[in-house]
Amino acid sequence: MKRPGAGWSFAAPALIVIGLFFVGPVVAALLLSFTDFDLYALADPHNLRLVGLRNYVDVLQTPLFWQALGNTLYFVGIGVPLSLLVSLGAALLLDSRLARCKPFFRTALFAPVVTTIVAVAVVFRYLFHTRYGLVNYGLGWLGLEPIDWLGDAAWSMPTIILFAVWKNFGYNMIILLAGLQAIPQELHEAARIDGAGSWQRLRHITLPLLAPTLLVVSIITVAGYFQLFAEPYVMTRGGPLQSTTSVLYFMYEEGFKWWNLGRASAIAFLLFVLILAVTSLLLRLSRRWGAA
Amino acid sequence: MRARLPAIGVNAALALLAVIAVGPLLWMLSVSFMQPGEAAAFPPPLLPARPTLHNYVELFTRNGVGRYLLNSLALAGGTTLLSLLFNLAAGYAFAKLRFRGRDALFRGLLAALVIPAQVAMMPLFLLMKSLGLVNSYAGVVLPGLASVFGIFLVRQYARSIPDELLEAARIDGAGEVRIFFVIVLPLLKPVIATLSILTFLASWNDFMWPLIVLSNQDYQTLPVALASLSREHVMDNELMMAGAVLTVVPVLALFLALQRHYLQGLMLGGVKG
Repeated sequence: MKRPGAGWSFAAPALIVIGLFFVGPVVAALLLSFTDFDLYALADPHNLRLVGLRNYVDVLQTPLFWQALGNTLYFVGIGVPLSLLVSLGAALLLDSRLARCKPFFRTALFAPVVTTIVAVAVVFRYLFHTRYGLVNYGLGWLGLEPIDWLGDAAWSMPTIILFAVWKNFGYNMIILLAGLQAIPQELHEAARIDGAGSWQRLRHITLPLLAPTLLVVSIITVAGYFQLFAEPYVMTRGGPLQSTTSVLYFMYEEGFKWWNLGRASAIAFLLFVLILAVTSLLLRLSRRWGAA
Repeated sequence: MRARLPAIGVNAALALLAVIAVGPLLWMLSVSFMQPGEAAAFPPPLLPARPTLHNYVELFTRNGVGRYLLNSLALAGGTTLLSLLFNLAAGYAFAKLRFRGRDALFRGLLAALVIPAQVAMMPLFLLMKSLGLVNSYAGVVLPGLASVFGIFLVRQYARSIPDELLEAARIDGAGEVRIFFVIVLPLLKPVIATLSILTFLASWNDFMWPLIVLSNQDYQTLPVALASLSREHVMDNELMMAGAVLTVVPVLALFLALQRHYLQGLMLGGVKG
């Protein structure tokens, strides 16, 4: 008795929204990246011309793009492993039979995840203040010299990495914790009876069984960390000396400060291809290890 | 005695992590009640000497934060309510109703998840500009009306609804719309709670798109306004901390109240990969 059109009419509104405001613009962005869309075209579309791959060539010849790419790879390369390590450590602690007040600790460690990035970036800018920040006060207490965290090109990216790890580790912690809790207790018991210490159990039982979860979590994290933007926007404005200009920050300035929307689209596509390449590489590597 | 030591170690480590995680938030709260200039001292004060609401009053009277707060509430609330309807209907259709091209379409949607949202932003801005929706609530809400993730979440959950129940209703002569509202929605209550809080928080915390589409201060959300305030008031730590508190406290409170639903959504979403 079912009317055949029902399914379509229920799905259509959402599909139209996604088509109109996401799929369509993505296709348009590809086309836009082959045009010289700039401030003049924004004023009058007649000024628009097709330029083929020139935006891509231009971007790849811009030193700032390579610096932004290097900064982003630095952020991903150090930030993701560090963040995963902290998440894993926190999840193992929360999973431990010795831990007390687990719900309290779980909530406390997760709290930074739900905070607004802009607001807590403002807080961290102050925490890492050269003269009045608590962090430098702590360093002084340990007998160390104060560090110009956000003003020194060598320290700005490490500071942003520390901030990102603080903000994000709770998310992966929760997913890894669920993975840990899915490991049957009997396996640990059996290993314990066979005389395996806690380190051996971690290496030979916990980590191998957690590997699929770890893979998912690392892929999500890598893709997310490549999209670094709000942290440098609020904390450093991409500086000092462009040391925290990320690919997205570069895209934002190119597109919405200078209104080179064609070139900004090319940057967006380069970033997309890069994310795709890195995540599929991760996937392939993990398959090879799994087979070995 | 020997068995105690590891227990102390584990709990001490957890306590240390908790201090690192929550400490900056507590300090933000404390500094927000300090007198102007009080926090610019060394060693940094931990508690206000004479607590004051001055910074909050200043934000509301001189910086128009009340407006931003209302904008944020309206945009996050509106996006949540409207997108709920779109995502629930679509998620239910993908789970329980048969239509041509359904499975291929769903695979296509999942594949679209790998595309970063920023790729669409340049043409999306031009589209909004041509529709006259730059600097309007609609410019922010429209792109958020439906999400692949939301549809996915609802579909996962709706698959557990027994087909017999729907068939029985159809035999009784109920229309599809009636079935959706009277039978399906009540069964989807848990996922509605989960999706609501996830959407509200994501849209409250969203930064890049509102920054692009809302250049006029009258429409700006708290995060966008706070970012520009913090670029102007680099030295006014106490004022900025009060602004951060106003931005963070609503979402933090909501999370604490509905934590169970939030974490459930995270689990369901976590298995998507």
